[in-house]
Amino acid sequence: MTAFSLPPGFDPARFFAARIGGHGSRLGIGYQAHGADWCELLLPFRDDLVGDPARGVLASGPIVTLMDMATSVGVWLKRGAFLPHATLDLRLDYLRPATAGRTVVGRGECYRVARQVAFVRGIAHDGDPDDPVAHVAGTFMLLDAAA
Amino acid sequence: MTLSPYAELLGLTFDTDDRGHPIVTMPFAGDLLGRPGFLHGGAIGGMLEMAAWAALRAALGDDHATIKPINVTIDYMRGGRERTTFAGGTVTRLGARIANVTATAWQDDRDRPIAAAHLNYLLKR
Repeated sequence: MTAFSLPPGFDPARFFAARIGGHGSRLGIGYQAHGADWCELLLPFRDDLVGDPARGVLASGPIVTLMDMATSVGVWLKRGAFLPHATLDLRLDYLRPATAGRTVVGRGECYRVARQVAFVRGIAHDGDPDDPVAHVAGTFMLLDAAA
Repeated sequence: MTLSPYAELLGLTFDTDDRGHPIVTMPFAGDLLGRPGFLHGGAIGGMLEMAAWAALRAALGDDHATIKPINVTIDYMRGGRERTTFAGGTVTRLGARIANVTATAWQDDRDRPIAAAHLNYLLKR
């Protein structure tokens, strides 16, 4: 993920188009939209992401990955640059199971960048943003910041 | 034990440690990487959830309660490197309706965790 030369600012569409391999690709996570401090990524339903075969429901782990990535991209957008950071913590509330067969949309927003820490929040939904499947809050440690 | 498709995707195996507690093992694979050289936080999070689930299932024994996750909080302490990761869970309280569970993940040294999680589950009997 570091070897690309990116234009000034940060363009998640290019970032995801240039991506090769890794866990996000393995899960089939892709780009949908972004703004100044937020990004929407897609997690299309796949049989190999199911956690409960009896009900055909997605495991929660892929949603953790989706929201980690969407909020991470939110930090790059808010900072306007692809700078190194690491997830410090992530909390997910599982509001309801995702509907079997539906694509999950993860929207991550960075609402505050302090000197060493970025604060993020977001939701995951499967079609209706007003009826989310999960809510997320988290922080990232900024690794380029002076100690 | 039949693994879920997602557990298979992560490459997880479920065993017990020398005290008989469930241990989850995740061998390194390129499909688990996030930033170069480090495991993806989501893969570690997914693994911690499975370790917590295994600990709760073991604690429930013959009680076939349905387990529904309410929430998870994951703390990332160290980067996960390109090697095998282990995770184990502890049930801190097993109630009638709620179970509180913690899980930690480590690589070389169990006393130097790479990540830890706290989960609350709803139990339906």
